[in-house]
Amino acid sequence: MMMINILGLALIALIVWWFWLYKPAQAVDSSIENITIVVNDGVYQPSRIKIAAGKKTTLQFLRKDGSSCAATVLFPDIEVSEELPLEVNKSVVLPPMSSGEYSFHCPMKMYIGTLIVE
Amino acid sequence: MNKLTSQNPIVNTQELIIDGASCASCVGKIEIALKNIPGVDSAEMNFALRTVSVTGQVAADSLIKTIEAIGYNAKSANDTSDDELLDEKEIADQKYYTRLMQQMWVALGLGIPLMIYSIAGGPMTVDTTLERGVWLFIGLFCAAIMYFSGKHFYIGAWKSFINHTANMDTLIALGTGTAWIYSMVVVFFPMALPEMARHVYFEASAMIIGLINLGLALEVKARGRTSEAIKRLIGLQAKTARVVRELEDKKQAIDIAIEQVQLNDIVRVRPGEKIPVDGVVTQGHTSIDESMLTGEPMPVEKVEGDEVVAGTLNKSGSILFKATRVGKDTALAQIINMVKRAQNSKPPIGRLADIISAYFVPVIMITAIVSALVWLNFGPDPALAFAVVSATSVLIIACPCALGLATPMSVMVGVGKAAEAGVLIRNGEALQTASKITAMILDKTGTITEGSPKVTDVLIADKSFTEHYILTVASSIESGSEHPLAQAIVDSTIEKGIEPENVTDFHAIAGHGVEAIFNGHQLLFGNQKLMLKNGVSLNGFVEQAQQLAKDAKTPMYLAIDNKLAAIIAVSDPIKSDSIDAIKRLQANGIRIVMLTGDNRATANAVAKKVGINEVFAEVLPEDKANKVAKLQAQGEIVGMTGDGINDAPALALANVGFAIGTGTDVAIESADITLMRGSLHGLADAIAVSKATLRNIKQNLFGAFIYNVAGVPFAAGLLYPVFGLMLNPVIAGAAMAFSSLTVVSNANRLRLFKPQ
Repeated sequence: MMMINILGLALIALIVWWFWLYKPAQAVDSSIENITIVVNDGVYQPSRIKIAAGKKTTLQFLRKDGSSCAATVLFPDIEVSEELPLEVNKSVVLPPMSSGEYSFHCPMKMYIGTLIVE
Repeated sequence: MNKLTSQNPIVNTQELIIDGASCASCVGKIEIALKNIPGVDSAEMNFALRTVSVTGQVAADSLIKTIEAIGYNAKSANDTSDDELLDEKEIADQKYYTRLMQQMWVALGLGIPLMIYSIAGGPMTVDTTLERGVWLFIGLFCAAIMYFSGKHFYIGAWKSFINHTANMDTLIALGTGTAWIYSMVVVFFPMALPEMARHVYFEASAMIIGLINLGLALEVKARGRTSEAIKRLIGLQAKTARVVRELEDKKQAIDIAIEQVQLNDIVRVRPGEKIPVDGVVTQGHTSIDESMLTGEPMPVEKVEGDEVVAGTLNKSGSILFKATRVGKDTALAQIINMVKRAQNSKPPIGRLADIISAYFVPVIMITAIVSALVWLNFGPDPALAFAVVSATSVLIIACPCALGLATPMSVMVGVGKAAEAGVLIRNGEALQTASKITAMILDKTGTITEGSPKVTDVLIADKSFTEHYILTVASSIESGSEHPLAQAIVDSTIEKGIEPENVTDFHAIAGHGVEAIFNGHQLLFGNQKLMLKNGVSLNGFVEQAQQLAKDAKTPMYLAIDNKLAAIIAVSDPIKSDSIDAIKRLQANGIRIVMLTGDNRATANAVAKKVGINEVFAEVLPEDKANKVAKLQAQGEIVGMTGDGINDAPALALANVGFAIGTGTDVAIESADITLMRGSLHGLADAIAVSKATLRNIKQNLFGAFIYNVAGVPFAAGLLYPVFGLMLNPVIAGAAMAFSSLTVVSNANRLRLFKPQ
């Protein structure tokens, strides 16, 4: 029983670390690579994207998930929202932004991504 | 080759999508054809993307026609119309719905018989070798069905996991996975478990997957209805336009796709047809039904020089008009864009739900583990079975989606509903604040009144002048002024056949009036303050002026060579429905204050007529914002309604700025809410819609919070010690599937809301 309890607590610790404490990996730099953000299976791929500060940026999205939530991407801080058609490349134009981290997500926040503006 | 150039060259880089180019050799053919068009500097085709990029001074339709002439189809890359997008979305939604329903039936096909068997008292335990064999077969069959019907959950859960995020898929995958794995352990190693715990839960896995797919499918249908308003707006757009163009040296009317209409094209519209793009009438007269955009039921007369707006309906006459705004620049396109943007923006009330949903899933996972551990440590026999049931139920019943959906669904319907009534709400924040307004400042001119004043009285003070001369002098001096009253005087005199003459040394004195020299005479024209400031004697005319003001007319003094010559009174009629609309606002408990630059007596007279008790009169344009601040300092949440012309700072400072009577010109950046028709009922409607929407959001949020707050402890088995109640994971799955459906359906109730 002791072992099971320890295992349970270890699992809890793992959840806390994995979902909250873990510092995400390097972001993909949109100025170096020409990237398309694929919207499928509950995630934006890539989900951390570096863009240049003070410049208009265009991001390419490609939605492969039929669920209606995935059909809209929101950038709440800059009041941009775009419909993403299924299986069609969609350009989303973002206005120049100041440095910082901005999240983008679907209306229910099941898909979550981060823009790192530098 | 058909080489057409347009009269309206556009200098830029254009991107076209080419259809029908199947071989690499097409590239050269298309590029050469395009480069042959006069004005094209370069044309480069990307065969992989089937796009061609063209630079030069040439219109898109010339490019498209040239490409069509050599046997391909082309369209501008950026003009996938809203209509097409909507159709595509509907087709995609239908496909998704059909797939979910298939997956649901397959999962329930196994789940329901097993469930009936279990409810009918069939043993779900594994004791004999035969039972092991049968359950192993069912377990493997169940796995196949879980894969077919629920692979999207498992793949989604895994991908989120490796991205360090967790979502609804994670909970479903963990919940159904736990039930299945435990059941397989029972099948393979029954002896390792206490006898009472040798129970399989395959029916739970299959049922949960089936029910959640059903919930998602019904949600797709319900969500479709939430965007009805935007569909209606998009549906207003005409698909083709009949333009008059010069073809083979003669003018011809040709039908072209709406995307190909260009600036300055002459468009012909016959009775019963929709106006395809925005423009100015160049020939003919007609009446146009603008109700679909403005909510204004009466058709509007249009003659040469009047503006027409895309999406409205031509009723009676045939007209020609010049296109002034096309494509994404038309008022309708901008309205659609603004409504879409607002529909997806969140009012502050939704932020808490956002914060919670960000931590929600991992917290539920932890709760499930804690619950299982508590059962294992302190639960009665079979503790292991209880632990599995409680952990599975906790994972399955928790619904982050209901929380996530609560706000956006209502905003979507509410903003759409407002747009139908001719009320454009900029964003979720404006929507929320509008529902809390306690004081409303109404600008008098153009808001409460028509905004088109007319000369009503001319009182001659110096009998040596004739009325004709007085009006000539007045219109001459006012023709240089931009004040709305000045325009009234000029218009009224022109109606009487009096043409304004030139004045010199014209000066406008803000809040007072104007001064100028006319034929060597020094003129002063303005209010009492202007006269007193210049020492003009008003001998006995003050009473007459006050009498005019009491009749809600605005008296203006004209002095020639510093001697009072006449009083000209101008009156701005009150809009027919202002009184009713103000009553509606007051019935909502809103303090109404009238604001005007007009003199106090006139202002009071107008206020009295419309039932307003508080008046800020004689306010200089630059002081309007101060009046807003004054009410805010009294603790009021202030709405400011004006025409957006000289009250932009006040509109911006107010908690919510309403721009009224701007017709279909939505380019007013300082307003949070734009009322497309001139009636103040639009204002009352806007507040009513925002209140209804906020109420709906609160119901949704409350429902979603209560559901999770009550459901999770119940699933964990908190009621077991007292009532002996334990939640079946299948019921948890059904509850979860229908909780988000309930939120969407509640939001849909808003569609039935009627403002009046």
